[in-house]
Amino acid sequence: MEHLDTRDLLKLYEWMLLSRITEERMTDYHKHTPLPELPHAGIGQEAIAAGTVLDLRIDDQILPSLRTRGAFIFKGISSRTMMAGAFAKVTGAARGKNTSHHMGDPKVGVVAGSGVVAAHLPIAVGVALAAKLQKKDYVAVAYFGDGGSNRGDVHESMNMAAVMKLGVVFVCENNGYSISTPLDVHCAVRDIAVRAQGYGMPGVVVDGNDVLAVLAAAREAYARARAGEGPTLIECKTYRWLGHSERDPRDLRPAEEIAAWREKCPIKRLRDHLLSNGLADEATLDDIRAGVAAEVDDAIVFAEQSPLPPPEEAALHVYAEPRTDR
Amino acid sequence: MKITLREAVRQTLAEEMRRDSRVFVLGEDVAAYGGTLQVTAGLFDEFGPDRVFDTPLSEVVITGAAIGSAMMGMRPVLEIMFADFIPLAFDQILNNAAKMCYAYDGEMSVPMVLRAPFGGGMRSGMHHCQNLEAMFAHVPGIKVVMPTTPEDAKGLLLAAIRDPNPVIYLEHKMLYGARGEVPDGDHVTPIGKAAIRREGRDLTIVACGALVGKALQAAKELEKTGVEAEVVDLRTISPLDKDTILDSVIKTSRLLVAHEACKTGGIGAEIAAIVAEHAIDALDAPIERVAAPDCPVPFSASLEDAFLPQPAQIVAQAKRMLGRRFA
Repeated sequence: MEHLDTRDLLKLYEWMLLSRITEERMTDYHKHTPLPELPHAGIGQEAIAAGTVLDLRIDDQILPSLRTRGAFIFKGISSRTMMAGAFAKVTGAARGKNTSHHMGDPKVGVVAGSGVVAAHLPIAVGVALAAKLQKKDYVAVAYFGDGGSNRGDVHESMNMAAVMKLGVVFVCENNGYSISTPLDVHCAVRDIAVRAQGYGMPGVVVDGNDVLAVLAAAREAYARARAGEGPTLIECKTYRWLGHSERDPRDLRPAEEIAAWREKCPIKRLRDHLLSNGLADEATLDDIRAGVAAEVDDAIVFAEQSPLPPPEEAALHVYAEPRTDR
Repeated sequence: MKITLREAVRQTLAEEMRRDSRVFVLGEDVAAYGGTLQVTAGLFDEFGPDRVFDTPLSEVVITGAAIGSAMMGMRPVLEIMFADFIPLAFDQILNNAAKMCYAYDGEMSVPMVLRAPFGGGMRSGMHHCQNLEAMFAHVPGIKVVMPTTPEDAKGLLLAAIRDPNPVIYLEHKMLYGARGEVPDGDHVTPIGKAAIRREGRDLTIVACGALVGKALQAAKELEKTGVEAEVVDLRTISPLDKDTILDSVIKTSRLLVAHEACKTGGIGAEIAAIVAEHAIDALDAPIERVAAPDCPVPFSASLEDAFLPQPAQIVAQAKRMLGRRFA
């Protein structure tokens, strides 16, 4: 792939590990001390966020799903802020008013999401509409799952983005399950991407566990979006290793299916690629892991030691005050 | 020169679009067609397809598009064809528009306006005539305004476009033809400020939308019997102007609320509660409400006229409240 040097590959490796270790620590922590923010881990799906964020600029806007944990961090929200958000501390999202997995930050181009699945896709259309009206070429990247793909919001959003040629990149994280309901029960087509044809936009299927394949698809989609050629639907086939959330009453998925997907770990895959092509040695990759682990450890200590939001702030900032800079 | 409320909305949109390049108009059939009720007629000719454009018939995404573009610094004015269709996009309003500022702890705002015609009287049936303002007033994070004069149509629209928060701007269909003087220039009607349309000492009638005119008719009738009714036009449904309501009720000692929405859970209930909380000792009579019955808006004229609150009901109710004097 053009313009992809070893430094970028190592960054992707570091990012995926950061996402992985963050979520491992969150879920482990939750087992002994329940976190206020119930973990909905995307472990196993890290390549999607990493591959789609690498090429983004600071002014590009991402609209993550609640399972796109890594995208928040890769786009620029600190591990400390993320973790403090999961701990519902004053140093977290919106001073404890919002959860970390729905938070937004205009400084780094993360748009706050909704607890209503896929209800952020219409907002992504608005973000891209603003870019068009402002004659700018920033893009809106909206993530959603196979479950969310069935909501009417998705239909309306894809149609409007396509007919107005808006720079939205729709990233479907198809992990095969809408909570417990398998794809073949909730959806009559095998590939969500085929729906793109019905809206008059390209739809591509990529191996969502291959970060380089995701990156290549994203690169093409962003080029189209920035050129005013309209939206793209990228369907990333993947799998979540854990349940829907850490409060899953049961996991109905076959044990052998889970085990098979664990073998397709996106991080191990990139590690093997780096080692077998002589792009990095074991020691370098181990150092990256140690650095990432230290960052997450620090974030946990930070979250633990941060205070809760003061109760008197509960009803603050319901309405915006008039201001001139927006 | 007197102009209609419809013309006031159109002129104000044009003036603000000339002043602020961030303002744009979107909605179903709002461009060359001029809107199904012709409120945006002519804007497309002046401002072109980048500033005034038609959208797919997709209330959810067009509302989300208004929200998202507002978050990115634009000033969208979205038309929803009839207020009855706003519920299609209610998730976007309730869970996105209304909550963004809070979700960012004040670091984000959604400066959008959602315009929609509403109300009965045009024989358009149960899906085109509802008064849903109380549903929206129940949502913290949005503002709801309802002009009843051309002057306020301008003033409230300017205030709504310039407000950093999402504002639902409701236009009563039977008031589109109402004529009045409209001040030139930067005439802003503050959001959250009611207007006293008629002063009186015996009774306060708090009304909104089409019921303001009907309350004024009722007040004229009452005047013939020596009763001086004060008529308060809410203008803003959320946030309510508690001070003006309370000051008036403390002066007159009687409160009658009149609205076209169904009685149960209507904004009248909130107004009654505010007065009961803060001024119950000032009351010389129980609080009364004149409102539509709890049923859908009927189609046939004879039924719709029976459904819509009329001046005679206000007169009768007022006389009952002033019972001793009429005994």
